[in-house]
Amino acid sequence: MISGSFAFYRPHTIAEAVAMLATHGDAARLVAGGHSLIPMMKLRMAMPDHLIDVGGIADLKGIKRDGSDWLIGALTTQAELIADQALAAGLPVLRETALQIADPQVRNCGTLGGNIANGDPGNDMPAVMLCLNARFEVTGPGGKRSIPARGFYHGAYVTSLAQDEIVTAVRIAALPPGSAAAYEKLKRKVGDYATAAAAVALGLQDGKINFCSIALTNLAPTPLWAEAAGQALIGRAPGAESFALAGRLAEEITDPSSDARGPAAYRTKMGGVMVRRALARAALAAKT
Amino acid sequence: MNEMSPVPESRQDREAKLEGMGCRRKRVEDVRFTQGRGNYVDDLKLPGMLFGDFHRSSYAHARIKSIDTSKARALPGVVAVLTAADLKPLKLDWMPTLAGDVQAVLAGDKVLFQNQEIAFIVATDRYIAADAADLVEVEYEELPVLVDPFKAMLPDAPILREDIADKTEGAHGQRRHPNHIFTWEIGDREATDLAFRNAAVATKHLIPYQRVHPCPLETCQSVASFDKIKGELTLWGTFQAPHVVRTVASILSSIPEHKIHVIAPDIGGGFGNKVGVYPGYVCSIVASIVTGKPVKWVEDRMENLSTTAFARDYHMTAEIAATPQGKVTGLRVHVLADHGAFDACADPSKWPAGFFNIVTGSYDFPVAHVSVDGVYTNKAPGGVAYRCSFRVTEAAYCIERAMDILAAKLGLDPAELRLRNLIKREQFPYLSALGWEYDSGDYHAALNKALDAVSYPALRAEQKAMQAAFQRGETRQLMGIGVSFFTEIVGAGPSKNCDILGIAMFDSAEIRIHPTGAVIARMGTKSQGQAHETTYAQIIASEIGIPAADIMIEEGNTDTAPYGLGTYGSRSTPTAGAATAMACRKIKAKAQMIAAHLLEVHHDDVEFDIDRFVVKGMPDRFKTMKDISWAAYHAPPPGLEPGLEAVSYYDPPNMTFPFGAYICVMDIDVDTGVCTTRRFYALDDCGTRINPMIIEGQVHGGLTEAFAIAMGQEIVYDEIGNVQGASLMDFFLPTAVETPVWETGFTTTPSPHHPIGAKGVGESPNVGGVPAFSNAVNDAFTFLGSQHIAMPHDPWRVWKAAEALGLQG
Ligand SMILES: Cc1cc2nc3c(=O)[nH]c(=O)nc-3n(C[C@H](O)[C@H](O)[C@H](O)COP(=O)(O)OP(=O)(O)OC[C@H]3O[C@@H](n4cnc5c(N)ncnc54)[C@H](O)[C@@H]3O)c2cc1C
Repeated sequence: MISGSFAFYRPHTIAEAVAMLATHGDAARLVAGGHSLIPMMKLRMAMPDHLIDVGGIADLKGIKRDGSDWLIGALTTQAELIADQALAAGLPVLRETALQIADPQVRNCGTLGGNIANGDPGNDMPAVMLCLNARFEVTGPGGKRSIPARGFYHGAYVTSLAQDEIVTAVRIAALPPGSAAAYEKLKRKVGDYATAAAAVALGLQDGKINFCSIALTNLAPTPLWAEAAGQALIGRAPGAESFALAGRLAEEITDPSSDARGPAAYRTKMGGVMVRRALARAALAAKT
Repeated sequence: MNEMSPVPESRQDREAKLEGMGCRRKRVEDVRFTQGRGNYVDDLKLPGMLFGDFHRSSYAHARIKSIDTSKARALPGVVAVLTAADLKPLKLDWMPTLAGDVQAVLAGDKVLFQNQEIAFIVATDRYIAADAADLVEVEYEELPVLVDPFKAMLPDAPILREDIADKTEGAHGQRRHPNHIFTWEIGDREATDLAFRNAAVATKHLIPYQRVHPCPLETCQSVASFDKIKGELTLWGTFQAPHVVRTVASILSSIPEHKIHVIAPDIGGGFGNKVGVYPGYVCSIVASIVTGKPVKWVEDRMENLSTTAFARDYHMTAEIAATPQGKVTGLRVHVLADHGAFDACADPSKWPAGFFNIVTGSYDFPVAHVSVDGVYTNKAPGGVAYRCSFRVTEAAYCIERAMDILAAKLGLDPAELRLRNLIKREQFPYLSALGWEYDSGDYHAALNKALDAVSYPALRAEQKAMQAAFQRGETRQLMGIGVSFFTEIVGAGPSKNCDILGIAMFDSAEIRIHPTGAVIARMGTKSQGQAHETTYAQIIASEIGIPAADIMIEEGNTDTAPYGLGTYGSRSTPTAGAATAMACRKIKAKAQMIAAHLLEVHHDDVEFDIDRFVVKGMPDRFKTMKDISWAAYHAPPPGLEPGLEAVSYYDPPNMTFPFGAYICVMDIDVDTGVCTTRRFYALDDCGTRINPMIIEGQVHGGLTEAFAIAMGQEIVYDEIGNVQGASLMDFFLPTAVETPVWETGFTTTPSPHHPIGAKGVGESPNVGGVPAFSNAVNDAFTFLGSQHIAMPHDPWRVWKAAEALGLQG
């Protein structure tokens, strides 16, 4: 449980950090809160020679509005997501999700950027990002680009992010009126990754579902956007029957591993249960 | 004169000032613990200290073809690398276990479990040692792996222990297979068989108790410092039994025992994990002798969970014979015990299955028979008593599950079945069918009090209504009520049947009263969080009338403490607590002589009164213990030696038998398998209560561990012996969020043979708690015909159990 040795850097600008990544290539890793990377380093599953701490880059911080979009700096900690009043009122599902992550100590360090860039299917924020159709603002040696979350995750720890790119912020469009989102997570204890979890967003018009997006955590090598499950509910009345249908469709796209949280078949079923419960909660919130 | 104040203090005030037995005195050790000022092994820093780390086996079973340490040695900062080849000339490549077996200190010819110790790297810092551990190269030839204990004694099973393959006689009798360790039998087999032949009703079920780990927050660690000039070894370590470690270290190293100083500083939890002797301790000693420098070894969490002593792994088949009215007439239990690669159980020598013969529990079984087969597998060694007396948790779980299975078969309420079979108050002292003499108890009173406390009939009515609603499809919630009545057997133990490596399991106390009436007392036990510094002082305070605040308790330094067998198996109060009281009484006898001398009366004319000796019938004529202490050093009576101190070595005449009634109410979400403890009521009877607050704390802690075991803990191996989930991500250590709220109650039935009537309590909640949780989960499904759902009751397994009953659509 002792990491290998490494050189440590603390740049103050995005450009500096990008340059360092470019110089050291594959032997370099960014570290933000360190609460995904350092455990891996202690297990010697990650052994970077150069560790670039982005914690000193002021431009990566802050929760802002850009028009109706939310623009959340990559360095925003989970604790800050929980504490932000405007976010809690405008996009409560982020607070709700952050509260389901780990424990207060971890949340004081862990960042939104690290959580989404890590590429671990167990991380909770990526499914929320898929569900809300977020975009990741990225800077590399060639400049800036914006990558849709849907399409960002390719396999466990494999993402669209290039080795020398930094996620600077996450952009999320406000939910349309009459809609609400929810995150349901089944875990064994505080501090545990999901056995299964579901992020949903749902809109209601005239008693019918007019918009629905569903995504899943830790039920495949990547977070999953259950597009068909969401689509199937459009035009239907909210209720146990609709939610069960979405749950079944979501289950169909899962491919979880069997681990100490349970065999694959159980985890798939729990995906369905989480979808049902999240939809029920979102529908209730959308109505009120 | 005696009293300066004009108004004499009331007896009540004098009593209160002592903070003696019965007082909810705050834990004095917490002053340092809560401020981060404890002094643990890893806090120790010595000049020139080196650090050790292990290279460990990747395989569960493989022949070692070669070990190449050259790259590790070449790393700057590495001082030495030890392998079995280095230990062999010193005859230290193997070490004896407490169970009469031997264990490899470093694997030489083959590895027998994953993460087994192969090479010990010594370096100038911890980080270099870890880097070098990675540089050791081992060439293996993989061998077939034996994981399933049920396959251990098949004719074609791979032979694990080639070192003893030809030995047909083990430490506990005949071995009938190279993977067989022992068979232990107790009870009357014929009479039991007859009871089953004549039984109107009989049940039989396999009741497994999964492999778990005590997982103390502080892992196992040591610092060894060998002084070549003096030929003396000082060894600091996480030792629940420091004197035993000193004796073993002397036998192993040939260093004379008086030249070995073993010191156990503060210990961050033991729970049985810190009773045995581990390769890390031995290697730190050897490395210090080799390098001439102090050497520290600190286990990490994964090493702790995957190599130093596990607990349980008992596969119990229990049969009960009964009358149609629910009177039990016989008990038959067979156990398959998985001991891993070496038999390193920490049991008294003559008890290879510990005190498993407490398995008749709290019930009046006329006959019983038990047999236990111990086998080797390719898993880590151990088999320690994880917060329980030796194999008592296993026994209590076995009988409490079996009673519930019988209740279901008879269509009787589980509480009612227990009430019909509990040993009656007038039967004590009670001789059990498997040979124990239970000292005292009032079981019916305890169970009835517990049932009243939770309004048991109302709970059953609510459960019935919920089951009906479930069957109508109106809810997906079920409710289980777990009743557990346990009898513990603690305080090992009498020299007639208890020893460790030939040393009788007495314990000791040495008390010195200083001239000013302040006291230092030392015991042969060793607290790991149990608050001995607080409670032993309370015993002394009540016994000799000196305020607990003026008494310092010291344990763990073998140079100063009298020899004792350490702390585990809830033995401290029954043994060292008794020794403390006995030493006090020696002091009191002398104090009486001194008081009589000072008061110029015959010693028969004075009597002890709270904190003083008083001339009988003349309460104004007295000498306080403070006066007496001063006189003992200043002007001892003619013919008496000066000084006021005493030592007592207490050989208990019998074990003590704490008991309790626990009730757990569980709500189960059938859709996810998530179980939520709605209510948990624990009634404990531990005899005389020394400090009720500490008792409650011990009960809370023990129940939390019981909850962890029943609801989630398991050390899992895959089919090729890879240990799974040996980290706190997967090994269930509940936080405050998961932990239920505990309600506690008590009755008080003193032990008739203990000087202060105390029985020990630290481990009862684990013993009684596990079956209460498991019975609650099982009880939720009994109405659907379920007989036994195995632990741990984590969500997926509960969900699976419901699926097997056709409840998952
Ligand atoms: C006990 C424990 C329990 C946990 N439980 C959960 C849980 O339930 N759910 C959950 O989601 N997470 C959980 N985590 C992980 C935690 O939330 C992490 O903090 C988070 O996943 C990563 O954020 P970080 O800032 O710590 O990233 P780091 O660990 O610093 O980095 C993670 C990865 O992201 C990369 N990275 C970081 N920042 C950037 C950036 N700006 N641009 C590009 N790449 C970047 C790093 O190079 C690294 O590869 C847990 C962690 C612990 C220790």
